[in-house]
Amino acid sequence: MESVDLLYKAIYIIAIFGITLLIATYSTYFERKIAAFIQDRVGPNRAGPLGLLQPLADAGKLFFKEDFIPSKSSKALFILGPGIAMLVATMSSAVVPFGDNLIIGGHEINLIAIDVNIGVLYVFGVVSLGVYGLMVGGWASNNKFSLLGAIRAASQNISYELAMGLSLIAILMLSGTLSLREIAEQQQGFNWNIWYQPLGFLIFLVCAFAETNRTPFDLPESEAELIGGYHTEYGSMKLGMYLFAEYINIFVASAVMATLYFGAYNFPFMLELEAWLVNATEDAVTANNIVTLIGVAVMFAKIFLFIFFFMWVRWTLPRFRYDQLMKLGWQILIPLAILNILLTGGGILLKDYLF
Amino acid sequence: MTENLFYFLSSLTLLCALMVVISKNPVHSVLFLIITFFTISGHYILLNAQFLAAVNIIVYAGAIMVLFLFVIMFLNLGKGSDKGIKTSMLSKITGTVAGGLLFVVMIAALKDAEVAGYNPESYNSQIGMVENLGKVLFTEYLLPFELASVLFLVAMVGAVMLGKKETGEQHF
Repeated sequence: MESVDLLYKAIYIIAIFGITLLIATYSTYFERKIAAFIQDRVGPNRAGPLGLLQPLADAGKLFFKEDFIPSKSSKALFILGPGIAMLVATMSSAVVPFGDNLIIGGHEINLIAIDVNIGVLYVFGVVSLGVYGLMVGGWASNNKFSLLGAIRAASQNISYELAMGLSLIAILMLSGTLSLREIAEQQQGFNWNIWYQPLGFLIFLVCAFAETNRTPFDLPESEAELIGGYHTEYGSMKLGMYLFAEYINIFVASAVMATLYFGAYNFPFMLELEAWLVNATEDAVTANNIVTLIGVAVMFAKIFLFIFFFMWVRWTLPRFRYDQLMKLGWQILIPLAILNILLTGGGILLKDYLF
Repeated sequence: MTENLFYFLSSLTLLCALMVVISKNPVHSVLFLIITFFTISGHYILLNAQFLAAVNIIVYAGAIMVLFLFVIMFLNLGKGSDKGIKTSMLSKITGTVAGGLLFVVMIAALKDAEVAGYNPESYNSQIGMVENLGKVLFTEYLLPFELASVLFLVAMVGAVMLGKKETGEQHF
């Protein structure tokens, strides 16, 4: 790889990192605004115009609070917990393709941080590590409620990972590749995977809610039963990191869902638009870049829709009871996912037989 | 570059593996074991076996070690359980001697062993990629692969049998 390409890649990775953090920051603002809208309130409107500086005020408040470490806790692990949570949350956006390729000065830049041929497995591996942040923090707090919250979180994540993996297998059978970039490319135009995998998408969506610990699956931190769950003992910015990691996870889960099922950066009449632009401007490079930029905008629009959906559900549905959660995971979602695999396999064979 | 990376990863692997044994707290041991799995995955990536690296992390670090951590947290080892067991001087000396003898035997056995080389002309550097691995598994090694899956099925049925509620058992 040439040094110019390397430079572009570095800029791209830093940009994605910044955008991830920015979106997570403003997710907290929009969460409150949407909650206020649903509950017929005004929401934050004091800090800055329309309350837009509210996330900064929150962060400032969290940074200036007393940084408290319980005296009998395991100190190193207590500090490590939120760190792991943040690290794992920011890792998985590396393999998500946020756009096709830009051509700048003859250099073709793929808008994906690392294009590995095991993209789906990478995402799955990072997701399965997410539980360590909660477990280490919950255990290190030396508090029964924290430990209970951590154990709940762990059992919930393990249970829903299985169904998530099984629902992914159907997608892999259809696309025949593990690379998220190739999966995105196959969904050219309006040929999105959601049309072939509605059941798989539903399972994946439910599991994504469970993996990000969002309502109706927010049992690890259910404040009515566990006083806050795994982060009972946390305060100051350490608590902030845990809450922030949740919003980053929502962003990444939305990006992965948009990539796998909703065509990533593809939009209807993409090729027609590019052909028309080539004719109109008589410059293939400009046409390609314009279409790519529209694709990036479309990708982020899809991500924002999913983030909105996460918030909409949070302020609409009540929380599950714990036995209901386990029953849904093991007795409903996993058999459904296996059924989905069988149906997909049957469909692929039938297609070969008929055509 | 690759060589330096290899030595860095190897020393990290050995250090973490040692810490698994040395640390007093079982939770710390488990966490060091997780880091060891990560460094081993790093070795797989250096060997161009990305699939193996990812699966190693998913299966070991992501699933099995979570269960380890889970059980150790439940049992709450490390507090109280150590105080009950007093190791005498004699058992410490016996342990050291036995371990040292094993070490000597290992060195004697491995001293003359030859490192299996590879033929650079016929070696395929892409063998660790998913497609190649899948092809090999489903053609050349089909029978062992299927037998392994039967083994997993047996383990699963066994787990279901153990976890099944017996008639008349109290439901909490």
